[in-house]
This record gives sequence, C-alpha cells and structure tokens, in this order.
Amino acid sequence: MIEVSHLSKFFGTRAAVNDLTFEVQSGEIVGFLGPNGAGKSTTMKILTAFMPASAGTAKICGYDVFDHPMEVKKNIGFLPENPPVYPEMSIQDYIDFAARLHQVPRSKIAQAVAHVIEKTGLGDVRRRLIGNLSKGYRQRVGLAQALVHNPKVLILDEPTVGLDPQQIIAIRELIKSLKTDHTVILSSHILPEVTATCQRIIVINRGKIVAEDTIDHLSVRMKKGLIYSMELKSPHVEGVNAIRQLKGLGSITQTGSKLTIEIKAGNEEVRDLIVEAAVNHKMGVLDFSAEKMSLEEIFLELTTVEKAS
Amino acid sequence: MSLINAWNIARRDFRSYFTSPIAYIIIAGFMTIMGWMFFFSLSHFSLQNMQYQQYNMGKGVSISEGIIRPLYANMNFIFLFLLPFVTMRLFAEEKKLHTIELLMTSPVKLWDIVFGKFLSSFLLLAVMLGLTCVYPLVLFATGNPEFGTIFTSFLGTLLLASCYLSLGIFFSSLTENQIVAGALTFASGLFFWLITWATQSAGPYWSEILSYLSLLSHYNNFSQGLIDTSDVFFYFSFITLGLFLTHRVLDSYRWR
Repeated sequence: MIEVSHLSKFFGTRAAVNDLTFEVQSGEIVGFLGPNGAGKSTTMKILTAFMPASAGTAKICGYDVFDHPMEVKKNIGFLPENPPVYPEMSIQDYIDFAARLHQVPRSKIAQAVAHVIEKTGLGDVRRRLIGNLSKGYRQRVGLAQALVHNPKVLILDEPTVGLDPQQIIAIRELIKSLKTDHTVILSSHILPEVTATCQRIIVINRGKIVAEDTIDHLSVRMKKGLIYSMELKSPHVEGVNAIRQLKGLGSITQTGSKLTIEIKAGNEEVRDLIVEAAVNHKMGVLDFSAEKMSLEEIFLELTTVEKAS
Repeated sequence: MSLINAWNIARRDFRSYFTSPIAYIIIAGFMTIMGWMFFFSLSHFSLQNMQYQQYNMGKGVSISEGIIRPLYANMNFIFLFLLPFVTMRLFAEEKKLHTIELLMTSPVKLWDIVFGKFLSSFLLLAVMLGLTCVYPLVLFATGNPEFGTIFTSFLGTLLLASCYLSLGIFFSSLTENQIVAGALTFASGLFFWLITWATQSAGPYWSEILSYLSLLSHYNNFSQGLIDTSDVFFYFSFITLGLFLTHRVLDSYRWR
C-alpha cells in the first residue's frame, strides 16, 4: 500500500528526512514514532504529495507521489498536524465541503457526511461553528474530514494531540476500527499512543529510521540488561559494598532504603548472590523485583544512542 | 481545470464572506459612500440645469456627462480602496489557518483553487455592482439617460475592478499576513493608476508604453460609451497574468 524507498528531504543543507525506506501493507496500522523535529511531519507531507522529496521515491497504492499526485490524493485521507478547519464554518458545512473537494459523488455526499459525523462522535455539535469548539473537537473534525471520502490510506499526524483522556480512548478505538478496510499510518511522540493502536512501529530520529519492528520484538531486542530494585529494612554501607563487589553487575544506586541494581545481560544467576549478600549482612530484604524496561525507556535508549554516535 | 472543483471552492469562500462580518461591512461602507456621492451629484446636476434654463444658456450638461460618468469614476476609485479588503484574506488566511493543506492534499488542480478564489471575490464584486444598479434605475424613472453609456461604464468598472481582484489574489498568495497582502494590493493598484502621471514627462516612446500599462487609461473609452476590444483584451490579459503568477507562487510553495 505504501512503499517508501531511500526518501530524503533537505531544507538547505539540513536533512529533515534522510534515506528512509519502509513499507506498509494493506490493512496495517503503523506508528511513526520519534521526538519532535524527527522528520515525521515532513515524511507525511511528502506522502500526501504536499511537498516533493529531494531524493528517493514514495508510492501509495502503486502510484508515485511525484508523478501521479492526483491519483495519490484521491486515495488518501490526511489529518495534518494542525487540523485544517475553517473557524467560520459549521461542522456539517465543513465536512460537506471536504466531501465535495474529494469528489464524493453528489448523491452520496449527505450520507457520507452523516456517517463520519456519527463515527467521530460529533452528532450533538454538528451545527456549531468550528471556531467555537475546543481543541479536542477540532481534532475530531479534522479526523472526520480525512475519513469522509472513505480513502484507502489514512495518514494521521498526531491524531490524539490535545484531546482529553476519554476522547483519546475514543479516537484510538476509532482508529483500530478502521483497520479492516483502511491502511493507517499515524505519527506520535507519545509512546502509549503507539502501543495502544499500532501493530508495528517505526522509530525515527533525526530523519533516520532507528528501529522498525513489532512492539513485542522491539522490547525483547532492547533487553540489554535488567534492572532490579531491592527494598531493604536497614541498609548499611558494609552490606551495600558487599553487593557492589559481586560480578556481573552494572551500576548500583541507593536512594534511602531502596537499591536499584542493573544486572548485565547473561548474568541472571547473580540474583541469588545479591539476595544472599543482603541476608548475610542482616539488612532485612523487604522486596526484590525486576523493573521491566518500558517502551518509554526503549525509545529514549534508541534515540539517545543515535545522538551519541 | 475542473469547473466543479473551482465552483466548490468559490462557493465556500463566497459563503464565508457572509458568515464573517467582512461582506456586510464592505457592502455597507461601499453603498453608503456611493449613495452619498450619487445624491450630491444628482442635486448638483439638477441645480446646474435649473440655472442653465433660468438664464437661457442653452442646453445643459447631459445626464451621462453630469451624473453617470462621475458616478462610475468615483466607484472605480472606491473599489481601489475597498477591494484589497476583499482579496487579502483569500490565500493569506488559508496559510495562517493551515487550511491550505486541505486544499493542496485534495484531488484538485492548482488552477481550480486559483480560479475558485477569483470567482468567489468576483461574485462579491458582482453583488456590490448589482446593488449600484439602483442609481441608473432612479435616473431612468425620473429622466432619460443613455442606456449605452451606463452599460459600458458598468462593464468597464467590472473589468477594472476584476484587475484589482487578480492583483489582490496574487499578493495574498505571497504572504500569510493579511495586512501585508492588503497593503501591497492597494499600493500596487494605486501605482497602476498613477502610472499615467509619468507619461507627461516621459518621452514619446515611453509615454505610449506607460499609458498603455495604466489601468485607468483603458477605462476612458468605456466611460465615453465605447467598447474597444483592445481595452477588453488588456483587462483580460491583466487578470490572467495576475492569476497565472498566483498559480506559480502556489506551485513554488510546494517546492519550499
């Protein structure tokens, strides 16, 4: 559905997007993840034929975005970073306008408009002027606009930004429900966003792909070390030092009665020795548990490693 | 270019003139000034003619000469001030609100967008000019004006004002600041008026070129009741050039 190969975009000498290559299959929901300014929006603008690439190609539904922009535009629904809404229009009129722009057949306009308004939960406010609505509603109007012509590919730039938690859940459910007959690519700089909706994520930083995998695979791949935390009743210097002496450990930090211990990969058996040392020195073990590396940390790891190199 | 797409865009823009206060303020301002001018030129005209009759000075000034010509000349001048307010938002606001992204990622050609924008402002202009038809109606009801002069003045004004629209759309496409777009439109519109001043001091060769470029000099024939195809051609070329340049600007917007 979406094929991107060696895509680059330069603004002057600065590369906003640098040699991106990825593919999105039909019916997939792919998350585009990266910190602010990583090149997510630029990539999306290229995919929607809004902006040409400096190098490389991008194809949507088999059409090159540069050679056949009209065909591409017919097949996509795009929600830009700022919802492109006219404040002086009512929601109903605006969606109607979007449907006409996308050449929805005249006889089907009313039905299509009513359908997306209902789908995005805008029924109660559909006669209100967009300018009087909150950011969350505008975001939903933007989404309704992207959906009204029932496009094959949906490109959503930060679809849930500015929404309250309840609305976020509603939008996520909506996006998931689109999976059956749409291909979705959405960007975010917030991880839970991507984990909640996407099957696959592409982590991008400074215009380059730093990781591309399913969420499960990614967390396994990143398991370089394990972090354990140990809660002690009466920690003392002697005992803590004894733990520090053990082999196969990374950094150990003590905050009050809590020790945070990093165990290097492949040294899992050292856990016995840690507990043993604590018991031997009568520090009173209250709790000893693994701290799972969250996606947030994986993300940070991936993007900071890149920065250091 | 697809007329349906252009019409969809024009329809939205035209409606938004009326859902915001813009159209009402501009139309009200325009009609107030025009009404004021019409009333005083009418009373001046009747006073003058009365004096002519009283002192037996022969045939007075004709209605065309005394009322219609100054009426439309003044109208052109007022359009020079008012129309920048009509066109300044057309692209500048779209850029500011990022709604240009909706237009540019929809399956419509750039020409559809440009022509749609022009059409929306042209429709508003048509409404304004349509309302001024009450003045000729008053004249027809009370006197015997020449229809031809009224018709050609009307047509000339429509074409001249359309040139301001085209100019305004071009400047609106250059910036996302409406004030900048409006100011540039007014300044350059005025320049194309005052260009005739330079013809007096320029040599014979240049004066001809400069006077050809003046928007105003092409209006003269219309005000005399003449339609010269070269004037019509000039106005059409001017409008097309403005829209063409707008198209180029929008195209380059994609490349930035």
